Amino acid sequence: MNSAFITNLAYIISSVLFAFGLKFLGSPVSARRGNILSASGMFLAIVATLANGQIISFQWILIGIIIGASLGALVAFKAAMTQMPQMIALLHGCGALASVFVDWTAYHVNGAGDLTNTITLYLSIVIGGLTVTGSAIAWGKLSEKIPGKPILFAGQRLLNIALIASILILGILFLMHPARYDVFLIILGLSVLFGIFLVIPIGGADMPVVISVLNSYSGIVACTTGFVIHNTLLIVVGSLVGANGIILSIIMCKAMNRSITNVIFGAFGAVVKKKTDGQKKEAKAISVEDAFLILENAKSVVIIPGYGLAVAQAQHAVRELSEFLEKNGCDVKYAIHPVAGRMPGHMNVVLAEANIPYDQLMEMDAINPLMENVDVAIVIGANDVVNPAARHDKSSPIYGMPIINADKAKTVFVLKRSMATGFAGIENELFYDDNCRMIFGDAKQTVQALVAEFKNSQH
Amino acid sequence: MELIYLLFILVLSIFLGFALISRVPPLLHTPLMSEANAICGIIVIGALIAAGAQANSTLTIILGTSAVALATFNVVGGYLVTERMLKMFKKKAAQ
Repeated sequence: MNSAFITNLAYIISSVLFAFGLKFLGSPVSARRGNILSASGMFLAIVATLANGQIISFQWILIGIIIGASLGALVAFKAAMTQMPQMIALLHGCGALASVFVDWTAYHVNGAGDLTNTITLYLSIVIGGLTVTGSAIAWGKLSEKIPGKPILFAGQRLLNIALIASILILGILFLMHPARYDVFLIILGLSVLFGIFLVIPIGGADMPVVISVLNSYSGIVACTTGFVIHNTLLIVVGSLVGANGIILSIIMCKAMNRSITNVIFGAFGAVVKKKTDGQKKEAKAISVEDAFLILENAKSVVIIPGYGLAVAQAQHAVRELSEFLEKNGCDVKYAIHPVAGRMPGHMNVVLAEANIPYDQLMEMDAINPLMENVDVAIVIGANDVVNPAARHDKSSPIYGMPIINADKAKTVFVLKRSMATGFAGIENELFYDDNCRMIFGDAKQTVQALVAEFKNSQH
Repeated sequence: MELIYLLFILVLSIFLGFALISRVPPLLHTPLMSEANAICGIIVIGALIAAGAQANSTLTIILGTSAVALATFNVVGGYLVTERMLKMFKKKAAQ
């Protein structure tokens, strides 16, 4: 048996471990086991690669591993659950950049090779390059280093078309003259530039889609790099990650009733004009004391969290409130819209961080049929995902988007800072419903005040 | 290796990915994504070869070492943060 055979055998075992790792993520009970299996697959792949005799110098590898591992551990332990979206965006970007560097090295050492190799190399640096800066911009928007609002300027569309056209034309040139190092570098540079312009016009609330799309790109890049350096394990893993990103993008788009092209090229927030046709009705406010009296008599409560809950860091206070409600004989559930938060599943980890058991977290489709029997629905930091206009108002920009039917509950409390509109910039007719009461103020403080009322009532 | 075999692997892996990932509940979508980031760090094996196979030019040393560092960052950061998140998911009965 030669060493290449043994290495490939190890790669097969790694692939199986990765597949089982993902399979075990199918349930929260087995998920941690899956993560450990997957990590051992990674360890095996790294050891097999280091041992196969191709590698002759270890000093730089060691330096790279020490730097990467310590930074990775630092970030993994420091990141708060509310910051998970930007952490994920950062990881997408690093993975893509690593792929681009591997492609570049392969080109520098071996040249582009035959036509199919040149095609995969071209695809790899284009997708890799734009994923690097696209992820960087997403990271900046999510961590509020740059404005989360869509950034638009005159001639943006023209600039994008020019960039795409030049990348394509240079691509053809590169396929004809694969030895042109300058063309290679210009294509890489333009792709990196294009990544910036691809993501800056996308608004904060569309980030769940952007993150998912970038996730699939980072997988596709690993795949194309696998073709460039003829590595089967990269192709297998890249396909798994690519499929992951595609599935999540589809789920997110369905939850917003939009197409991927609409998210990427639509600049939603900028196009939609606010509808101000003089609402006759007035939103009715309620004091914390009165809200407490209603909650005290409620038999079932559904809490509907949105990104605002994460921003206000209200998750721990919410858990306290739900514990008091349960002690009071009330059934408490959480209704989670697929696009609540800034990435798929974001609300779930934020609530799990506050020790809220996962069997209380309900998906939209599971909770909606039950909403009519709910005494109180508490909307915390969510807006567009509970707007009933999505069901019936054909003129509304969010018409057709699946929503959580908060309005069907007997009473609805909306915790909100002010009457400002949500991301879509449209009035929420839920706020003017007869069964809806607004509790104005910081979400965390409001929930804490409700908890204090419960504490006082027990003495 | 012949292109056709690599394509063969590609197509079957895509099917495998769709079959496995469509079973993951929305509850775990964030850990799923960080897990995907971690396994995407598999690029580290390409980076190892880039950094260690021919240490004769400054450019390949820089590119290779940076690639190793970036990919290791993904592997370590991805797995650890996934573990941290999954540890938080508790069932009610456990309380």
